[in-house]
Amino acid sequence: MVKDNNMGKLHAEKVNVYYGDHHIIKDVNLSIQENTVTAFIGPSGCGKSTFLRLLNRMNDYIENFRKTGDILIDGNDIYDKKVRVEELRKRVGMVFQKPNPFPKTIYENVVYGLRIQGIKDKSKLDKVVEDSLKQVALWNEVKDKLHQSALALSGGQQQRLCIARTIAVEPTIILMDEPASALDPISSAKIEDLISELKEKFTIIIVTHNMQQASRVSDKTAFFYLGELVEYGATDQIFTKPVKELTQNYITGRFG
Amino acid sequence: MKQKFDINRFKDNAFKYFGIACTLFGLAVLSVFLINILIEGLGRLNWQFFTSLPSRKPEKAGILICLLGSIWIMFLTALIAVPLGVASGIFLEEYGKKNKFASFIEINISNLAGVPSIIYGLLALEIFVRILGLGKSLLAGSLTLSLLILPIIIVSTREAIKAVPKSIREASYALGATRWQTIWFQVLPAASGGLLTGVILAISRAVGESAPLIVIGALLYITTIPTSPMDDFAVMPIQIFNWLSRPQKGFIENATAAIIVLLLITFMMNGLAIYLRNRWQKKIKW
Repeated sequence: MVKDNNMGKLHAEKVNVYYGDHHIIKDVNLSIQENTVTAFIGPSGCGKSTFLRLLNRMNDYIENFRKTGDILIDGNDIYDKKVRVEELRKRVGMVFQKPNPFPKTIYENVVYGLRIQGIKDKSKLDKVVEDSLKQVALWNEVKDKLHQSALALSGGQQQRLCIARTIAVEPTIILMDEPASALDPISSAKIEDLISELKEKFTIIIVTHNMQQASRVSDKTAFFYLGELVEYGATDQIFTKPVKELTQNYITGRFG
Repeated sequence: MKQKFDINRFKDNAFKYFGIACTLFGLAVLSVFLINILIEGLGRLNWQFFTSLPSRKPEKAGILICLLGSIWIMFLTALIAVPLGVASGIFLEEYGKKNKFASFIEINISNLAGVPSIIYGLLALEIFVRILGLGKSLLAGSLTLSLLILPIIIVSTREAIKAVPKSIREASYALGATRWQTIWFQVLPAASGGLLTGVILAISRAVGESAPLIVIGALLYITTIPTSPMDDFAVMPIQIFNWLSRPQKGFIENATAAIIVLLLITFMMNGLAIYLRNRWQKKIKW
């Protein structure tokens, strides 16, 4: 397919997902621009996480998973047979709901993505560790204990380490699946600040249950309900004058 | 106010003491056995006992041949069974699809773990000794015991791998790792404690096994030290069995001393397994 600027960084067209007989995602069309933060909101089970995981093909290993429609990143179909899923995931990083550092040292956590690419140059790895940890504002807290277990860090620090680990691979898109929902308010606020900074370099898509968080961090918001993309637009507009009544009801807390 | 007799409370206490009695019974029998063995055999344990060949005179006989035989068997069995068992466990857990065929294999592996060991001996006698012509060699014995402990290793590998949270695998995949990289760099190191525990327990089972080796014809009386996998051999349990069947008191003493050595080997291996498990649990908290 030829690249079309209107398609943006990421473009989904008529995407449907089935798990066995369950129709999870229904005819979703969506375009996301580069260097923006897009929030996916909606009640539990609405398909927003499933949709997010389509974008780095994390659903591939699920049995009975089936998808129709196209997902293009920079104009290329990421489900094309020629695409190596490992290459895709280097371009499209992911941060999970629960901080999930590897049971290894802080240093090894950050360089893992590079090590598996066969990069051994110590000075390069050292530099990546420092740069990545600085970007997530964790460097000052951990620079003296890089070779201690990452599991000894607090939940908020662990989550920032997971973000550092993701950006160390230099992706262009970062997917975040409720990255702050398992954290205390202060750690949560730090993650939000971080998202606003990372926007300069990355395209960020974040799934969240927290309306305030969505309105604070995102430029665009997509509201999913029962597998359908109900409304998608500028965050200001979605939260102040949504077009659909369903959206209005959800963001004002009448259901969800 | 006078307390009424409470039947439920009585039952509760009664069961508690019954449980204590049951536990103590097992411990008591075991201690009597151990003390008995130690009294009879400890005096026989000296350097000569470890370095002597079998002999018709009990005071000149030693366990050199069968101890070396057991050590050979231990290493050869580990060499054969561990790679096979761990690889099968990894395949079934990480790559195998969850369908009817998979559950059929799964049930059969669990069943194999319960097959009496002498049956493995019969199988091995036909295949390894007769068809493959390996004779009564160390290699034939190790292959036999490998068959015996393979299901145990497969099952414990799967358990250990299953205990590694999905979130670790997802984190690895999300950074662009292949399945194999994820298994090699994340799953196996995280599962290594449980994995090693299972492997060690399986091997310690193999070391104590005698029935299948008797079936394939492991010798009771050999006087040459085994130096290659194709040599004839004897192992500790068979030597113990042999000595116990002799009428002279001296041989009974030898048998108990050999039992102490065999027990020490298995206790040490089980201790190592427990140590590894604890260390692993301490190191990794999800």
